[in-house]
This record gives sequence, structure tokens and C-alpha cells, in this order.
Amino acid sequence: MLESLSRRAFVRGVGAGLAGTALGFGGSEQALAAEVRPFRLSRALQTRNTCPYCSVGCGVIMYARGDGSKNARRELIHIEGDPDHPTNRGTLCPKGAALLDFVKAPTRTKHPMYRAPGTNEFKQVSWDWALDRIARLMKDDRDKNFIAKNAEGVTVNRWISTGFLAASATTNETAFMTYKAVRSAGMVVFDNQARV
Amino acid sequence: MASYQSADVVRRSATTFTPPQVRHDQEVAKLIDVSKCIGCKACQSACLEWNNLQEEVGINTGSYQNPHDLTENSWTLMRFTEWDNPETQNLEWLIRKDGCMHCADPGCLKACPAPGAIVQYANGIVDFVSENCIGCGYCIKGCPFNVPRISKVDQKAYKCTLCSDRVAVGQAPACAKACPTQAISFGSKEAMLDLAGERIVDLKSRGFDKAGVYDPAGVGGTHVMYVLHHADKPEIYAGLPANPRISPMVELWKGATKYVGMGLIAAGVVGAFFHRVIAGANSVSAADEANAAALVDKTGGQA
Repeated sequence: MLESLSRRAFVRGVGAGLAGTALGFGGSEQALAAEVRPFRLSRALQTRNTCPYCSVGCGVIMYARGDGSKNARRELIHIEGDPDHPTNRGTLCPKGAALLDFVKAPTRTKHPMYRAPGTNEFKQVSWDWALDRIARLMKDDRDKNFIAKNAEGVTVNRWISTGFLAASATTNETAFMTYKAVRSAGMVVFDNQARV
Repeated sequence: MASYQSADVVRRSATTFTPPQVRHDQEVAKLIDVSKCIGCKACQSACLEWNNLQEEVGINTGSYQNPHDLTENSWTLMRFTEWDNPETQNLEWLIRKDGCMHCADPGCLKACPAPGAIVQYANGIVDFVSENCIGCGYCIKGCPFNVPRISKVDQKAYKCTLCSDRVAVGQAPACAKACPTQAISFGSKEAMLDLAGERIVDLKSRGFDKAGVYDPAGVGGTHVMYVLHHADKPEIYAGLPANPRISPMVELWKGATKYVGMGLIAAGVVGAFFHRVIAGANSVSAADEANAAALVDKTGGQA
């Protein structure tokens, strides 16, 4: 094959090819091939949830890779607003729009952490241990500082030495229960971020 | 790139051939109502998240603008301007969502020398096809809005795609979907112009008699449009050009120079032809043949 191609024919062929490219005849077959990035959520698993940040409580849809089959571990790949949610109708604020980073943040707290008095390090503890300790300290503090009656002898049932900070993204039922539990203990300092 | 979706391409960089269009795609547009924007940057967050990009943690220079300029990762940016209105003596805080305008006559595409690195779809979206990009940066020179940026990682140009991947499956761009104040809307270009008209009527009733839509004719109109409360002075919105045009250098280089250059090539071909006819082929003298034969003998026919 190569022997049959003379030097002259080779030079002529290259010249014609170059001229063709320079005059813009090249690449016409590629013109049809330009395509957009494939949509990356086509078969992703969709799960409805509520944005955990503020008490507006926007609805979000979380998209996960994996169809639920035993060997395909689900992995969150994208979060965006839920268009059917009456609060936000698909929109989100900058924090909500970046929820994926919040979920995947290496600094995200995933377990109860405990820093003992006088130390500067947190260590992981179990929920049982943490709740027992919180209950013990609350009980001790309440027994010591509870104000049943004020100076005039009127029953007030105040417990002002401990405060309670509750989450914002709660259901009405959870919020009701939290409020009842906190107030029935006499606690005055209470915030569930419903003010945002 | 493996893909199962395509959009009809109407224009392609550095290519004279364009496939003929049988189908008629509806033109899409994004309308940014500057008067409704609160500068929350949900659009920026949503853009980074959807496009799997990360922006570096920056530093504060006394402005809410973050990052300070568009980058290869931040394809959209809230630009903040504090403007003293000389008529009312009021300080107006102008916030404009900057990014690719998806011009009908895109300067980037015109300037691009890499075949198929920049394409324009029939729906109006101007998209960069990274695998064809050679990272020359001509698109930045060609852009009347100074939008594309070259990545320091792969040396290719990046900018807003108008979420062509989402639009291809009938979804709105990530920024438009996220916007909590409906400052960003998405739909057909016609519907967006109608919406802009409604907004202008509303703004005028509130005392902004110069309210108008920004859809500059200098680039054939855009597929990202603004509603401005001071449409007579677009420059006050962080330097939005009043009359954007493709740089005359780009027009000259990709226009007249191209044809002059082709003419010179054609003249060379014609000249060579006549030289062949008049002067004849190069002949090899008997002495040359003898010398060549002697060399072959010396090396035994081995190179």
C-alpha cells in the first residue's frame, strides 16, 4: 500500500486535505454531535423532607443514587426545593440551596459529643449516657433553684436557672409536645427559633 | 461525551457548516427582576450545587459581593452597588445578578477558533462544549459582558450554561428555581417579555418612570434579560453596558480578515496552477539521479 503511494501523490493529497480544512469543509459530521450534559437526576431516588435550618420549614426533595437494591448503597447527590410544598413552592434560600454541603460537611455533628468541665476536647458519647446526664443535671438544678412562690406568697412555679433551646424544623405535634414539656417544668427561658 | 439527550444546534464555533433546521424549537429566556432581588445569593448556592462546583472561601473586602468577581466556578454573581440618586438624594442599593446573557448574536462564539467548542442551540442557549475547548481565551475577548473565565485546573473556559441539561428535560435553571423572591423567572422568551411588561407597569406606578427591560439590540437581544428600575442608566448596575457590541477587533478578525485570508490562499493556488502551466514541473537532472543512486549503493538500500 505504502509502496504504491508516490511522494508526489502523498504531497498532493496532504495539500488537498489542508485546503479543504482551511476552507471550512472539515468537521461537518461533528456538528450534529454537540450535546448537552446528561441530566443527572433521571432515575435518582426522590425523598421528601423539610429543610433543617429555620422555622420557615421549606420542603425539599433529596435525590439519591441507587434504586434501593441490596448491593447499591444509597448516596445523596442533590437537594432542591419541593415545588409541591405550600411554604416555598420549590424555592430555597442560599442555605437551603447548599444543603448538600451541610449534609456532607466533615465537621457535621453526627453523635452526641461531650466536653467535660476543665478540658478542651469533645469526646463521643452514647445517647443514653447523654440523656441520663442531662436529666440528672436538670433535676438537680430544678430541685435547688425552683421558685414555687414569690415574695408575696403567690404561686408562680418558676424555674429560671435553666434554658431550653429546641429545633426549628419540627412538626406542629413535636412543637406542641416540646412546649408542654418545657413549660410544665416551670422553665421560662425557652426558644424554638419560631421567631425567624 | 456519552449522552442520550441532544438539542438542535443552530450555530457552532469555527464552523461554516450548520445543519439545516427542520424543527422549530421555542426560544427560552430568563428574566431577572432587579427590583425584586434581595441579594440573598440563593442563585449562587443553587448554581454551585447543581453544577457540582466548589468555590474557595474568600476574604471580605467590605462588600457583600462574594466572590469578588465571576470565576470559573462561580458562573453567576450578585453584584452590589451603592448608588446616590442625584434626583431624589436617596441612597439606592442596586443588586444585579451577573452571568452569561446568552446573546442571540454571541461574541464568544464568533471569536472562538476551536470547532464546536461553543454552540448555540435552537432554544437560544449558548453553551461551551469543554471537550472541544482549547483554552485560548478568545471567548473572553469576544464577550461584550466579560463573562467567561478560564479554569486554572484544566485551562478550559467556563460560564453559565443556562442549565442546558435541566432545560433539555423541561426543567427551569437551578438559580431560577431557587430564587425565593421570584426575582428570577424562566420561560419562553415571549412569556418573559410579557412578564417584564407587567413588571414595568407596576414599577412605573411606584414612581420609577424610567423602568424598562434590558434586552440589548446590539447583540441581537439576549436570552437573559433584566427588568431595571433605571433602564435609562444601565451602567449604574455595576457597569452593565448601555449598548453592548461585539468588539470591532473580533468582527474584523472573524469577518473581513477571514475572507481576505481565504482570498490569499486561493490566489496562491491559482498562482501555483499558472506556474505549473507556464514553467512546467520540477525536473530531476541526470546528475541528481546519479548522486541519489550512489547514496543508495553506499548505504545498501538501508535508511
